[in-house]
Amino acid sequence: MPSVPKTHRTPKKKEEPVNEAWILRLYVAGQTRNSLIAFENLRKICEEHLECQYTIEVIDLQKNPQLARDHQIIAVPTLIRKLPTPVKKIIGNLSNTEKVLVGLDLRMMSR
Amino acid sequence: MEFVVRGITDYQEPGVFIAFEEKIDDLRKNFKSMGFDLDELVRGKKLVLDHITIDRSEIAETGEYDLEGLFIRLGAMIDEVGAKRVAIDTLEALFSGFSNEAILRSELRRLFLWLKDRGVTAVVTGERGDGTITKYGLEEYVADCVITLDHRLMNQIATRRLRIVKYRGSIHGTDEYPFLISSDGISVLPITSLSLTHKASAERISTGIPRLDTMLGVKGYYRGSSILVSGQAGTGKTSIAATFIDAACRRGERCLFFIFEESESQLLRNMKSIGINLEPWVKTGLLKFHAVRPTAYSLEMHLSVMLKLIGEFGPRVVAVDPISNLYPIGDDIQVRSMLMRLIDFAKALQITGLFTNLSNNTDAGAYAVEPTEMHVSSLMDTWLILKNVEGNGERNRAFTIIKSRGMVHSNQLREFVLSDKGIQLLDVYKGREGVFFGSSRMAQESREIDDRLRRNEETERKKREIESKRKLMEIEIEMLREKYAREEKDMKILIGQDISRERAEAEIAREIATQRQVDR
Repeated sequence: MPSVPKTHRTPKKKEEPVNEAWILRLYVAGQTRNSLIAFENLRKICEEHLECQYTIEVIDLQKNPQLARDHQIIAVPTLIRKLPTPVKKIIGNLSNTEKVLVGLDLRMMSR
Repeated sequence: MEFVVRGITDYQEPGVFIAFEEKIDDLRKNFKSMGFDLDELVRGKKLVLDHITIDRSEIAETGEYDLEGLFIRLGAMIDEVGAKRVAIDTLEALFSGFSNEAILRSELRRLFLWLKDRGVTAVVTGERGDGTITKYGLEEYVADCVITLDHRLMNQIATRRLRIVKYRGSIHGTDEYPFLISSDGISVLPITSLSLTHKASAERISTGIPRLDTMLGVKGYYRGSSILVSGQAGTGKTSIAATFIDAACRRGERCLFFIFEESESQLLRNMKSIGINLEPWVKTGLLKFHAVRPTAYSLEMHLSVMLKLIGEFGPRVVAVDPISNLYPIGDDIQVRSMLMRLIDFAKALQITGLFTNLSNNTDAGAYAVEPTEMHVSSLMDTWLILKNVEGNGERNRAFTIIKSRGMVHSNQLREFVLSDKGIQLLDVYKGREGVFFGSSRMAQESREIDDRLRRNEETERKKREIESKRKLMEIEIEMLREKYAREEKDMKILIGQDISRERAEAEIAREIATQRQVDR
C-alpha cells in the first residue's frame, strides 16, 4: 500500500500560462480506504485538470486532533482549496469527478 | 445545558457541550440568565464548549465519506476535561448539513455506540416531528431514554411541559409534567411524587384573637394545619389573616404573606387602620410579602415561585390572600392541584397555612358554597366562613366555624367588629327571642335591662305585699285566738254551771226521795 506523502509537487509545464499556485488540503483520519481513494482521485484530477503549480497537503486528524476543531472539519475526507480564494470545501472521497471539478471551480479552467 | 452544568456543580462530573446552532457567545449570554456562569466553568477546565458550523452551501459531496472528524473532535473534547457528560444540541443540524441520509444514519448509530463505549452519558436534542417523535427519526438510534418537550398556551398563559416517552431499564412516570425555566435553572413539579406521609403535630398556635382560640377547642389552630377563611367581599378575611400573621410574628416566627389583590403598602396601610401594625415585622425581617398579579404568569410558575420563596425564607406560617384570584388562570382541577401541592409542601415542613377565598354568592344564603370552594375546602383542616348579617337596616360582621379537624369547636355564629384595636369578638347575645346583632342587639340589651329592673321592682312589691298580708293574717289569728279563748272560758263557765245545776237537782231529788221514803 503506498503511503500517503505529505506534499506533492509537479514541475511547471513550460508552454502553459502561469496561473497562481493552488494549495489544496486533504483532511483524512488515518489510512482508511476512503482516505486512500480520495488521495488517489485528487492526484489524478490535479494531473489532468490543473495546469499550474499546486500543492497538496494531507492532514491526518488522528495525528493532529485539535485541527479538527480549529479548522472545523467534521466529515472525512474533506478537501479544502485554500488558494486561490474563495476557499472551497468538498467532502467525500472525490470519486465523482464532475462534482469535484464544479466544487473546485475547475470547469472554467479546463479546456 | 442544565444536565451538563449541574453535573459539574453538583456531581463533580466534567462535561462537554457541542452547539450546532448557537454561537458560544450567545450561549454564554443566554445561560447567564439561568444562573449558569459558563465562562467560569470553562476556565476551571470543567466544561468544554464548542460550536460547530455546518453550512450546506459550502459543501459539495463528491463520494463516500464518514463523520470521523466529528468523532475526533468529540474525543478530543472529552479527553480534555475527562468529561462524563456530553450534550449535543442539536443533531438535526447534521441532517440539514449533509444530504446523504444513509451515511448520516449509519454514522449516528456509530456515534451513540461510540459514546456508550467511552462511558459518557449523552443528552442529545432533536426537533419534534409531525406525528413522529423526531423529525428525522433520531429516536431509533438513541437507545435509552426519550423525553419530549412541549410549549402550550392555555387561557392565554404559556406553560412548558415534558413527558418521558421511553426509558429503558427503568420504570418511569408517563404523565406530562409541567416544568419551568427560571433564574436558577429548570424545575419540574410532578404531582404524583407527593405522598401523604406528613406528620401531624399536636402543637396549637393562637389565631391572634383570644376568643377565637377559645372557640377552636380552647387553644387555636393546629401547627402545620391548613386554614380556609372564606366570605363575600368586605367580610374581613384579610384582617383575620393579618391578625394571625401578627400573632405569629409576636412569637418570633417567620411569616410569608402572598398577596394577589393588593400591594404590600396598601395592605399594610389598611391593616394599620384596624390596629394591626405589621410594619415592624417587615423591618426586622420576620415578615416577608410577595405581591403579584395572578395573571402575571402561569399557575406552575406561581407554584414554583412560592415553593422557592418558602424554601429560601423558611417561614413557619404562610398566608395566601386570596386564592380565588387564581381561578381565572387555570381551570378548577388545575387550581386545586396547585393548592394541593402547595399545602402538601407546607405540611411536610410543618408550616401552618392560612388561605382566604372570596365567595361570590350574594343572592343565596350566607352558607351557600360554590363548587370550587367545596373542592378546595376538602384540602383544608379548618374552615371559617365570614358573613355579613343584615337586618334592621344595617350590616354587622359575623363568622362561624364550619369545620375544624381534630378538635371540638364552637358552632356559634359569632359577631365581631373591626375597631382600631383589631378584631374583637363580641359576647354572644342570646336573648329570649333569639340571637341579636349590631344595634338591634344594643336595643334588645337595653330592653332586657329595663325588663329586669321592672321585674325586680315587681318582685319587691310583691314581697312587701305578702309581708303585709302575713302581718294581717297574724293579727287575725291573734284575734281569733282571743275570741276562742274567751268563748272557751265562757263555755267552761257554762259547762261548770250546768254541772253544778245537775248536781243540785240530783241532790234535791235524793232529798225528796228520802222525805217520801220511796222505794226506788
